[in-house]
Amino acid sequence: MSTEHTANGHGNGHGPVAADHGHDDHIHPAPTNFLKKYVFSEDHKVIGIQFLFSGLIFFVVGGLLALAIRWQLAWPWSPIPILSQALWSEQGYRMPPEFYNKLFTMHGSVMIFFVIIPLLTGAFGNYLIPLMIGARDMAFPKLNMFSYWFMWPAFIMMTYSFQVGATDFGWTAYPSGTVFHEASPGSQTGQTLWLGGLLFAGISSLMGSINYITTIIMLRAPGMKMFRMPMTVWAMFITALLQAFALPVLTSALAMQLLDRTVGTNFFVPANWSVGNGPVRVGGGQTLLWQHLFWFYSHPAVYIMILPAMGVVSDVISTFSRKPLFGYKPMVFAIAAIAGLGFIVWGHHMFQSGMNPALGATFMLSTMMIALPSAIKVFNWLGTMWGGKIQFTAAMLNAMAFVSMFIIGGLSGIFMAATPVDMHIHDTYFIVAHIHYVLFGGSTFGIFAAIYYWFPKMFGRMMDERLGKIHFFFSFIFFNGTFFLMHIIGMHGHPRRIADPTVYEYLRTTGTLAMNQFMTINALLLGATQLIFAFNFLYSLVAGPKAPNNPWNANSLEWTIESPPPHYNFATLPHVYHAAYEFSLPNADKDFLPQTEPRPLESEPLDPVMA
Amino acid sequence: MASIPYPVATTTATRAKPVTAPITPGKVAMWLFLATEIMFFTGLIGSYIVLRAGSSPFYYSETYAPGTPVSEMATTNGVKFFNWPVPYDKKVNPLSIDLTAGNTFILICSSVSMVLGLAAIQRGDKKKLTLWLGATVVIGSIFLGIQVYEYYSLMFGHHQPIGISRTGHFTPDVSLFASCFFTMTGFHGAHVFGGVVMLFCLFVQSLRGAYTQTNHAAVELIGLYWHFVDLVWIILFTVVYLV
Amino acid sequence: MRYWHLVFAFAAVFVVGTSAYSPFAADWWLPGGPGPDYTHSVSTFGKKIDSLYILILIITGVVFIGTQIALVWATYKFADTGPNRVAQYFHGSQRLEVIWTIIPAAILVFIALYQMGTWSDIKFRTAAPRVQPIAEITARQFQWVMRYAGADGKLNTPDDVQLVNDLHFVKDRPALIYLKSGDVQHSFFLPQMRIKQDAVPGLTIPVWFDADRSGHYELVCAELCGWGHYKMRGNVTVHDTQVQYDDWMTSEIRKQSQDQLVSAPATGSSGN
Ligand code: HEA
Ligand code: HEA
Ligand code: CUA
Ligand SMILES: [Cu+2]
Repeated sequence: MSTEHTANGHGNGHGPVAADHGHDDHIHPAPTNFLKKYVFSEDHKVIGIQFLFSGLIFFVVGGLLALAIRWQLAWPWSPIPILSQALWSEQGYRMPPEFYNKLFTMHGSVMIFFVIIPLLTGAFGNYLIPLMIGARDMAFPKLNMFSYWFMWPAFIMMTYSFQVGATDFGWTAYPSGTVFHEASPGSQTGQTLWLGGLLFAGISSLMGSINYITTIIMLRAPGMKMFRMPMTVWAMFITALLQAFALPVLTSALAMQLLDRTVGTNFFVPANWSVGNGPVRVGGGQTLLWQHLFWFYSHPAVYIMILPAMGVVSDVISTFSRKPLFGYKPMVFAIAAIAGLGFIVWGHHMFQSGMNPALGATFMLSTMMIALPSAIKVFNWLGTMWGGKIQFTAAMLNAMAFVSMFIIGGLSGIFMAATPVDMHIHDTYFIVAHIHYVLFGGSTFGIFAAIYYWFPKMFGRMMDERLGKIHFFFSFIFFNGTFFLMHIIGMHGHPRRIADPTVYEYLRTTGTLAMNQFMTINALLLGATQLIFAFNFLYSLVAGPKAPNNPWNANSLEWTIESPPPHYNFATLPHVYHAAYEFSLPNADKDFLPQTEPRPLESEPLDPVMA
Repeated sequence: MASIPYPVATTTATRAKPVTAPITPGKVAMWLFLATEIMFFTGLIGSYIVLRAGSSPFYYSETYAPGTPVSEMATTNGVKFFNWPVPYDKKVNPLSIDLTAGNTFILICSSVSMVLGLAAIQRGDKKKLTLWLGATVVIGSIFLGIQVYEYYSLMFGHHQPIGISRTGHFTPDVSLFASCFFTMTGFHGAHVFGGVVMLFCLFVQSLRGAYTQTNHAAVELIGLYWHFVDLVWIILFTVVYLV
Repeated sequence: MRYWHLVFAFAAVFVVGTSAYSPFAADWWLPGGPGPDYTHSVSTFGKKIDSLYILILIITGVVFIGTQIALVWATYKFADTGPNRVAQYFHGSQRLEVIWTIIPAAILVFIALYQMGTWSDIKFRTAAPRVQPIAEITARQFQWVMRYAGADGKLNTPDDVQLVNDLHFVKDRPALIYLKSGDVQHSFFLPQMRIKQDAVPGLTIPVWFDADRSGHYELVCAELCGWGHYKMRGNVTVHDTQVQYDDWMTSEIRKQSQDQLVSAPATGSSGN
């Protein structure tokens, strides 16, 4: 692979010191051929947009799967509009129970691996990193292109697996159910395709993360010190490090499970084991090993899904509060601390798994401590808004929703981190509530904020603010309506991943049933609200008003160039004088100061600890 | 794209002091890539350690096939049990340490030839570079060849005693040990294979005279990779064969 | 528009309101609500867990209300109301940073240490009650196979009684079971007793629990185990006295021996 690196490397980074870069000499001509320009493009902007579109398309897929889940939970076994007609006309329009398992398995997998991670790191990481650090492209454009196209085998495998019976053992794929083909219909070809798809998605992410780290280390514009980078870039940088160190472990686990399923190795097969009257296998392995390996990656993965959103939200909040970010350096250290601690908390998913309970206690301690850097971030966001001049744009509203909803999601994490309480709520809807408060309330609102904020830069047109606000308003309301009550039914003992709660007496109560129906109606409305977004997005793409270079009066480098940026980004490489948060300087003629303009001589020096 | 000619690091500034190589994006990326590889092998080796530690003390014996439940044994009297095959005990451990020790030596030699190749081009000696690259490709291929031979003789060549395999063939499914062995050495072999392919490309390029004293980043980077693969092998050899 | 703070306030009020109301709902039984059947957790551990839950609810509730008030207030107070408003220019405050690091840290460390004892009581094997196990429970797709100790009170003897999806034990006495899996992973979940333990292929895990009220409860499989996961349900009966339990056991033993006379050993599901 390294022949590739060097052969296609830009070759413009000469040293670790950003200041003496020699980029200026080379500006690549834009490709003229359509295929090279839009499909097999090596331009980070085009690749970012490719990730954006694929991610949004899969968001619709994952969302529709979720709506089918909700339908079944509210009105168990009653025909689902369209789906039932299409699939189960012979079975009396009744969904088979394993299909429900397929629904949430694919919902979780699609949302995590095809929506949130590709949108945050793939789309915005690609698009923004070079622009925000003042580079002409990624360090390895061709590697970047590969990282997008490696997603396609994954897309195809996962989509195709619906055809052959998608996997149905949850996105966590715990053995031995996933290793033995006899365990369930989805443990046949479906599980193999799932593993293959994840392997490709993982390799794609690895290529991306190596590229991002190298780019950020090597290609910063003159004057762009590390501690002048916008929070978005910092977040992407640390996320990429997380990915580089956590993902390979998942890769090894996926490989082992794949081998267990195909060539009969015994890693996750207990001694002399068989499932569902299948043949007895020698075994000798351990099923819990999978959980350790899986969560060693997948816990950091949840931070991979929140840190970039945190970065985006920091930038958006600072811009629309017209105020410097409160505690820039503490914010950076908090992200780093979350990432670091993120490596030692994986066991909190396994408190009830039969893992040594003493080990559980240590994981409990580290899990509690990870709330600390998150707390610092929350308070700093509030501090940024405090005393500002808040402009309620669609991007800002979504960013604020991130803050308020992430608090809920994070605080519910404290309940689960407390091992005895987790005993009751583990694998109940309390967890599902937590998932969605952090992943929808957090990451997805972060993505919405990013789209509203950078759409003008990406496509050169403004999105409709009024529609944006309407979309935000209803999303926010229906989101809470959909997911908050899950905490309550979760505390009530409602298990997750069950197709029909009415099997249980204690769930066959009017309260639980009514809450399930209430949530489903809200979920349908939440889905419908996204149509407003889809319309706004697509309409603005072709008919939105032309965007100026800097519609939000923001400071970071991408706003100093045209919208959309030219192929080479920067005609001359910018020189950077300070971090991106110099808003509302006293006695200045405007309330923002782009990073390319020095601070006025008479202004006070920056606080070395905070700024 | 690639409107830039091949060299990665050639400014006048760096040319002036040829001793310390500058940090290039390629190098940063290669080190990162190796870090991910380390984590990948850590996943495998860590799993191996956990599985081995948790393996049943009655899993292997000279009398029964690996993994036979104690309840199905005619007698346990006088049978010596192990929780992991002991090196050199031909009745439970099919691996030939002598063969592989030789093979390890061969792989180390290829690292040496790689170093010599890089040193040659750093002196500007293009001929020697080609020579040493060719040697590295050949030695690497020999290593692979021996590994293939080893696999073949384990799986089909000999009829293995019962303490190694119920079927007489040592294949990945016959025991936990077999699973670990084939997976770990197999992934390493795949890495060697990738390395040999890349080295071969280097070799062809160097035949065409593509590398010079100031322009041989690819040689250096792939050299790094090659040493890494070598290092991993030494760890694997120790862990899988020797202890 | 400067009324956006109301939207955030509304969400916070909704969250606090539903949480506060839910224990008073007619069919609520968690934790400590006035419902008709299950008015509180019926087990020793359950009570500890519930009080821990309440404690964390109070702490996080205060944090939640505090941060939401700050957010809503900031959006109200510092909204862009026209050119007269000027944003303040400052980059942060070391003192504040320190304060809001130390206080949460103290709270978190407190929660962490405070709950350690409960956890070790419930799960550490050293804390297991010194009693004979009442049964060995094997979870399989999709039923709970329970092997009771039978008349002699010992497991793995010929007089063991095998039942499916039917858990019995006696009020106010610690009940100990051994949990196993026969195929894939399952989870032994007694919602009313707040007990949960995964059944892991290849492992035998002791689980202990009690109940202070006799009656009928439910056993749930809480780990996804295949297409029938949702209906892998068991009945739980808590007997008032040991005598009642013994009576029940005797009748089961009689049934079982009759079965054995009539046909092959009892297997199969109980029609779930
Ligand atoms: C973006 C994703 C994301 C994020 C950011 C988090 C953040 C956290 N998560 Fe979450 N988690 C998931 C995604 C995420 N999680 C998913 C997907 C699962 C389920 C996987 C599955 O099984 O399918 C899961 C499951 C999960 C479990 C396992 C539950 C179980 O299965 O039994 C636990 C247990 O400890 C946990 C804990 C935490 C904690 C403590 C945090 C902390 O980082 C939160 C920190 C934040 C705050 C605490 C709020 C802000 C702080 C303050 C306002 C300050 C003051 C606070 C106090 C003093 C208390 N999570
Ligand atoms: C980022 C991640 C993410 C996101 C965004 C969502 C979004 C949603 N999720 Fe999901 N969810 C997970 C990640 C996510 N989820 C994970 C990881 C699990 C665990 C899986 C497992 O257990 O293995 C899970 C599980 C899960 C469950 C539990 C299933 C179970 O355990 O039995 C439920 C149940 O209600 C649910 C519901 C929803 C709903 C209603 C939405 C809604 O917010 C979706 C709304 C969005 C849309 C609808 C898309 C937009 C659609 C259009 C633009 C088209 C037009 C719409 C109409 C025609 C109406 N999710
Ligand atoms: Cu058994 Cu779920
Ligand atoms: Cu986690």
